[in-house]
Amino acid sequence: MRHGKRGPAFWLLAAFFALFVLFLYGPTLTILVLSFQGPQGQLTFPMTGVSLHWFYNLFETQLVGDIAGALKRSLVLGVVVMVVTMVFSFSAGLAFRSRFRGSSILFYLAIASLIVPSILISLGIGLLFRVLDLDPAWYSSAFGAHLTWTLPFGLLIMLAVFNRFDRRYEEAARDLGATPWQTIRHVVIPIVLPSLIGVGLFGFTLSYDEFARSLYTSGTFNTLPLEIYGMTTNITTPVLYALGSVTTGVSFLVIAVALVSFTIVRRRRERHGSDAGKAA
Amino acid sequence: MTRTRNWTTYFQVTPLALVFLVFLVIPIVTIVVVSFFDYTTTSIIPTFILQNYEELLLSPVTWQTYLQTVQFALITWALTFLIGFTLAYFLAFHVRSSTWQQVLFLVCTIPFWTSNVIRMISWIPFLGRNGLANQTLLQMGLIHQPLEFLLYSNFSVVLVYVHLYTLFMVVPIFNSMMRIDRALLEAAIDGGATGWQTLTNVILPLCKPGIAIGSIFVVTIVMGDFVTVRMMSGGLSASVALMMANAMSLLQYPAAAANAVVLLIVVLMIVAAMMRVVDIRKEL
Repeated sequence: MRHGKRGPAFWLLAAFFALFVLFLYGPTLTILVLSFQGPQGQLTFPMTGVSLHWFYNLFETQLVGDIAGALKRSLVLGVVVMVVTMVFSFSAGLAFRSRFRGSSILFYLAIASLIVPSILISLGIGLLFRVLDLDPAWYSSAFGAHLTWTLPFGLLIMLAVFNRFDRRYEEAARDLGATPWQTIRHVVIPIVLPSLIGVGLFGFTLSYDEFARSLYTSGTFNTLPLEIYGMTTNITTPVLYALGSVTTGVSFLVIAVALVSFTIVRRRRERHGSDAGKAA
Repeated sequence: MTRTRNWTTYFQVTPLALVFLVFLVIPIVTIVVVSFFDYTTTSIIPTFILQNYEELLLSPVTWQTYLQTVQFALITWALTFLIGFTLAYFLAFHVRSSTWQQVLFLVCTIPFWTSNVIRMISWIPFLGRNGLANQTLLQMGLIHQPLEFLLYSNFSVVLVYVHLYTLFMVVPIFNSMMRIDRALLEAAIDGGATGWQTLTNVILPLCKPGIAIGSIFVVTIVMGDFVTVRMMSGGLSASVALMMANAMSLLQYPAAAANAVVLLIVVLMIVAAMMRVVDIRKEL
């Protein structure tokens, strides 16, 4: 299968793959183009010119909503969720290397957190806050709701990483007199760093884009996806596409940062062999 | 795997356990409790009644909605499985350089990191009455008037599901495929199997865990979805979660909660059935 000339099966599958990629990216590219629509333009082609009109329009005071505020809230929330997800998953990943009482319950809770429909979590947290007579807010209830979505991913990734982790590195560090904290700081973290970056990427983007889990939990002030959703029912101008382009741009920027740091870590490792223990 | 009673271990899992307790377990318990409450147009009354369940389960609308949602889930599952399996198969067995494999895999996964709501919106200029699809088909002379069913229909709902969630099939199936010992394929071919026989008798059975994980993701997401249905059907289709969201917007919290409990039971039953195929802990 892996030898010799490419058969017709290869080309057929390659064409299928190419079509899928087109299907995946086509619509996004379409709205990217349409967000530069002329000031008189409509939601569909043809373009009536090329302008930045709708981008300016986006950051002007809106008749409905508060895009800049929502964007800021979503970014802050995304970063906090990212950091918390990285720390909690890493810490739990360390713990899961030994079997402890309740470990399988916790594991299945994480799985449950993934498969229970988001809207139910949202509803449950919303109801809980109502019963307790607390006001839901994006920094409290929505924050918790997002964690129930990002932590299972983080935990599963860390479990997979630690399953393949060679504990002899840690033993070597200990033999050389490292304290437990030094072992983690200078040996374990550098080795799992690429995966940890991955966990962070999951944490940020899942939170930044989360809709259903924010719905009944974000209270008075909307996060960005809620704001966008509200706009879709009110606004019928290409400003919607400009907003889409900007949010997608932010997502791509985050992915790019994650990929670049991932590559840098790997390059450095290739140059030094493993950089375990070499960190100052 | 020795059992330890090391306090450090407990200290390390406490944050995670607390988050799940406060934001997963207690909220679900709350839903169950509230589902037995009574309500008026302005308030909820703590009591124990079964009326919410009676009203829900005796209404033909509920059953129709469940049928519709299950139908969406089945169609989406079948399509994402066929497409996802084919893509993963191409990546795992036909792309030879591992660099290309990684690059193409990345190309498939990047859209996952962007906003779902935006990805739904981005179909509008494509599928609308004056959208690209209709314009192209008209120009090619294949149709003489714009197709109406493209946007705001069950068609566009399923299309968007496939667009958003095929990735959840590709990743675990690809993962399973990469673990298949290539010697098994050689053996199958040496034993006289055709490419197709190798695919159905060797690769497919060995991919079962990946397929199960992907299926669990796709089916649970579609069963609990309401954003896609609301946006892409233009209010013409219903889903269980949408029914729930409507009850919520009418402040009928106990009714929504009863609906949520039923949905949760249905989803957990489906997942339990699929879990029989796979031990997730072994897959990590």
